[in-house]
Amino acid sequence: MLETRGLTAFYGDFQALYGIDALLAAGETVAIIGANGAGKSTFLKAIAGLLPSPPDAVRLDGVAIGGLAPAKVTRLGISLVPEGRKLFPSLTVEENLLIGTYGRAPGGHWNLARVYALFPVLAERRHAPSTALSGGQQQMAAIGRALMANPRILLCDEISLGLAPIVIRDIYNTVPAIKAEGASVLLVEQDIVQAMAVADRVYCFQEGRVSLAGRPSELTREQIHTAYFGT
Amino acid sequence: MTVWLDTLLQGIMLGGLYALFAAGLSLIFGIMRLVNLAHGDLIVLAAFVVLVVTSALGLDPFLAALLSAPILFAFGYALQYLLLNRTLGRDILPPLLVTFGLSIIVQNGLLEAFSADSRRIGAGALETQSLPLGGGLAVGVMPLLTLASAVLAILALNFLFYRTSIGRAFRATSDDPETAQLMGIDNRRIFALAMGVAMTVVTVAALYLGMRANFDPTIGPARLIYAFEAVIIGGLGSLWGTLAGGIIIGLAQAIGARIDPEWQILAGHVAFLVVLVLKPRGLFPRAVD
Repeated sequence: MLETRGLTAFYGDFQALYGIDALLAAGETVAIIGANGAGKSTFLKAIAGLLPSPPDAVRLDGVAIGGLAPAKVTRLGISLVPEGRKLFPSLTVEENLLIGTYGRAPGGHWNLARVYALFPVLAERRHAPSTALSGGQQQMAAIGRALMANPRILLCDEISLGLAPIVIRDIYNTVPAIKAEGASVLLVEQDIVQAMAVADRVYCFQEGRVSLAGRPSELTREQIHTAYFGT
Repeated sequence: MTVWLDTLLQGIMLGGLYALFAAGLSLIFGIMRLVNLAHGDLIVLAAFVVLVVTSALGLDPFLAALLSAPILFAFGYALQYLLLNRTLGRDILPPLLVTFGLSIIVQNGLLEAFSADSRRIGAGALETQSLPLGGGLAVGVMPLLTLASAVLAILALNFLFYRTSIGRAFRATSDDPETAQLMGIDNRRIFALAMGVAMTVVTVAALYLGMRANFDPTIGPARLIYAFEAVIIGGLGSLWGTLAGGIIIGLAQAIGARIDPEWQILAGHVAFLVVLVLKPRGLFPRAVD
């Protein structure tokens, strides 16, 4: 469904991605793992349109979408849950969720009631300023906000970052429900164990290149160690 | 005693005019961090539009303003979409330079089209009507209408900001333009809408500017200064603060003028400086900046 071919990305003169070939099939969960600075977040940003890329480098159902403005990418059904949550501080929790409907495709499963059913704690805090939420609640709000656009593809950037293990477990427990409504998930995850547990396939990035790809069950610890750190 | 009560009343109502000047500026700065140096000249431009509509169609000025508002909304939308959006970015200098240039273009364009003659939007009997309050006090109907319009404009803008879906997009874009785009919000369109709304408020400001006193193409920059002072006194990004800021300048000017007519303008500027020294972030700064 979503495919990148030779995707490159630059921050000014600095090249962060050196030709990434990757695939996300419909209904799949794919995890990107790798060390800090390997280009994982950059990869998601390039897909979301936050970084310029050649049109052919990103394809959705075979259509070239590389280099489209982020708002257009969202309207095509690709929603990014950005690293660090990035909730809007002057909006309440509910307003943050409602903002997610701007890029909404018509129809679709998700609405306020269903997001609240997925994350009941958000319903309790719906009128609170988003800045008053705990880290885990903020992460739930950020995921809910992305779901409000009814994405076909959900991009999650480091959703476990800085959270307690029990909260991480709660959040990852919602992934099956999200997938059940027809979204494929592409997630970037520092926590290898978590990534291996949730993903159908993983890509390991190293210095802007894919160093390893495969199904978690088929990869050995040694392979991952090498792909993660280099030798 | 009556004299001072009268002074306070006049000052508060004059503040309504300054708040109207400032509301559009406050809105634009609040949403896109754009300092519009042409704001005063756009008010004068709008006054000429209202004047032309009034005289061409022989309409009542209020009706003429109602007709002018959509024209100026469209003008603002186009101005932002086609020109000012290109100047926004990390660097704060390009918008300053471009709006400064725009200020010169608008002034000279108006001079070319309407000459340097002083104009006025005639409001008939309304210009001199007043309401007696008893005890020798009276308020002019026109100043009262100005203040009422300012309060209504701020109420309407607050409703737009905090109760509508467009307002949510305004606030989200103001908070974090990059993440707003991830939500499917087209920033360029949101900014253009904001400028359109600002020009609608500018139309109201222009109506009262033109009915209360003479205007000519060169008076824009002085209105810009009052507007700036009102915005900064109130605290950047706070619309009610802007109303308070306008009223403080109006009060200071009225009190200054009461002591000595030469002090009127100076007193307004002094009040601004005093607030800047005591509360550099303004009286009602937004919690998040």
